[in-house]
Amino acid sequence: MSYVLGAAGPSVYWYLTRSTGAVALLLLTLAIVLGVVDVERWSTPSLPRFVLDSLHRNVSLLALAFLVVHILTSVLDSFASISIADALIPFIGSYRPFWLGLGAVAFDLILAVIATSLLRARMGFSTWRAVHWLVYASWPIALVHGFGTGSDASSTWLIALSVLCIAMVAVAVLTRVLVGWPENIRVRAAALIGTGAFGLFIALWLPSGPLGSEWARRSGTPASLLPHSATAKSSGGAP
Amino acid sequence: MSQRVRVNPIACEAHGMCAELLPERITLDEWGYPIVDETPLHGSEVAHALRAVRACPTLALLLERAGDERRR
Amino acid sequence: MSGPTATSTGERSHASTQRAEPALPRLLAGIQPRGALTLDEHVAVHGPLPAAAGRGRRRDRQHAATLISEVARAGLLGHGGAAFPTATKMQAVAGARRRAIVLANGAEGEPASLKDRTLLESLPHLVLDGAILAAEAIGADEVIVCVCETAHEALESLTRAVDERARAASGRAPTLNLTTVPSHYVAGQESALVNYLSGGPAKPTFTPPMPFQQGVRRRPTLVNNVETLAHVALIARHGARWFRELGTPGQPGSALVTLSGAVAHPGVYEIEHGASLSSLIAAGGGSTARVRGALVGGYAGAWVAGELLNGVALSDEHLAPHGASLGAGVVLLLSEDACPVAETARLAAWLAGQSARQCGPCVHGLDALAGTLDELAAGTAGSGAAQRIDRLASLVAHRGACGHPDGALNPILSALHSFQAEFADHARHGLCEACARPGELPLPARPVSDARMRTAVSQR
Repeated sequence: MSYVLGAAGPSVYWYLTRSTGAVALLLLTLAIVLGVVDVERWSTPSLPRFVLDSLHRNVSLLALAFLVVHILTSVLDSFASISIADALIPFIGSYRPFWLGLGAVAFDLILAVIATSLLRARMGFSTWRAVHWLVYASWPIALVHGFGTGSDASSTWLIALSVLCIAMVAVAVLTRVLVGWPENIRVRAAALIGTGAFGLFIALWLPSGPLGSEWARRSGTPASLLPHSATAKSSGGAP
Repeated sequence: MSQRVRVNPIACEAHGMCAELLPERITLDEWGYPIVDETPLHGSEVAHALRAVRACPTLALLLERAGDERRR
Repeated sequence: MSGPTATSTGERSHASTQRAEPALPRLLAGIQPRGALTLDEHVAVHGPLPAAAGRGRRRDRQHAATLISEVARAGLLGHGGAAFPTATKMQAVAGARRRAIVLANGAEGEPASLKDRTLLESLPHLVLDGAILAAEAIGADEVIVCVCETAHEALESLTRAVDERARAASGRAPTLNLTTVPSHYVAGQESALVNYLSGGPAKPTFTPPMPFQQGVRRRPTLVNNVETLAHVALIARHGARWFRELGTPGQPGSALVTLSGAVAHPGVYEIEHGASLSSLIAAGGGSTARVRGALVGGYAGAWVAGELLNGVALSDEHLAPHGASLGAGVVLLLSEDACPVAETARLAAWLAGQSARQCGPCVHGLDALAGTLDELAAGTAGSGAAQRIDRLASLVAHRGACGHPDGALNPILSALHSFQAEFADHARHGLCEACARPGELPLPARPVSDARMRTAVSQR
């Protein structure tokens, strides 16, 4: 079910934004899976460690490339006024500020991870690793951003893709946490609890949130962009 | 100026990527740790050595000038 | 073993010439059976501390160069075990741009060694003299004396000595600080000491940068064993030529040796380099049992089998053909009652346990060696044991960040060489009756500590 957004229908930029965002999510998911493969030292004779490690690094850079396109096209899309600043500084935008802002948060975290990885030789290993672990925060934030901002959150393909990504990350994280249990038991236990909590949150939030009724209005779409419908009250604009 | 590779044994955690990328100079012992041939590199090996240095997840592999004194 | 008793021996090796006046003791001159020499007593024995470099910079450098070149002419080698030329080290630190620090290393993690704590306990002013002179020579403004945390008397003695100097208000520039360091074996290693004093654990670090380039608080650091500094204090007073009147051309001067094991009077003795081992044992009251072998150089040293003991002289040059070196001046006599195979197995296990566990080859290699030696002692090792040990030795050598794995190989490989008959016997028959007896090698339980330093013990 999609809203009628204007006489011309969604622009090409809107399609590009959505598709590059979805692909970026998939690539980030793959990057996390490959990262766990890396640290767990998994390899086969035809896929030696340096190949999988290279793959991990290159998939991450590709994800960044798609994210850049994702941001540019969202800015160019004239439907909602989103500026470059909105993409980098969280929560200052006018279009669904909170959910869009989450995207900025995720993007900033990913930038930090990639920057520190490129400059790895210039910092201590523990510093680099501490920043690298931020990726475990950026992924769920990106996922929630995708559901929160998307105007087609309930489309089948997006839900299917999201379920696939969630499953892959869940398996990767559980592998990382449980292999080598009970070394560093507190950190691993915290990670387990955090993962479980996030899963619960998604399960509870999705049906009543993005997949529920009038999400566009509830998520902060400016009133001027909302379609006029019989149920919309002029309640004074977006929350 | 000839160069050599050297491993920092404290940082090394036996990931083994160096041995995959520079097998001419690095082999792994029975515990997975690198045995490094520290004699000066041939010109053609330097590019591979650089790649191995960049690949090490713990930055334990070093590329340095061959003449440096090593004293404990 | 019994508490430290320090006496001196005037025995000379067959190689040296006769002299009119007693040449020894030097370091141990004036030492009292109990208690430390006060500052006044110390000055009465050795004379006052030689003049410092003047306030002006030009005179500083001249005087500094004088002491370092005197130490160079004297040919003083380090007494911490590595025998590195002291003047070379001092020159390297003196040449650095940043202001230096002097670490007087009294950590003495070697269980069979008592010389450093004896010096600190009974002759603290001699060590402090040397540290102050070295600091002035290299332009350091601070001296940190490091004492083993279990050497309580030495710490008390040092504290009193530093207080005495503060009251005497000598006006010498370097501040004197004291700190205790953990007692595990590798804590006294140079980079481990620097690591600990920089706020980390007392575990070795990867070098370069070496301490003389970048040490405590990133400043160039001169790390010298306390005995080495005591020698510097005497060289500054009496000169290089005096120093060279004893010892050998390659290893001049005197040295402190801890004699222990099957000897009547174990303790710290002062010898001249090149003195015969039999004269040292005689000075120690003779052996209390037939000696199966002597472990020379401590737990990074080597065995000299009983039959060869009479021909051995105590200098690196004379010990080299036996695969040994004087090291930190430890001579441990193993009696005939002990089983060298069992002792070696216990030693190997202890050395493996003393690894800082930072480097894979050291951890795995020393553990595997200890396991193989246990099997050799029990007679369950099988036919490939010798090859296995050879392979482990080659896998372990030079593959750690510090010298611990290499050092650990020395007593193990030399035991296999010196006690072939006993090892062959064990291979055939397993444990012997001597195996069950308590070990003669002192192997105290000293877990490698991750502790960080909280504050220096005292600051002046």
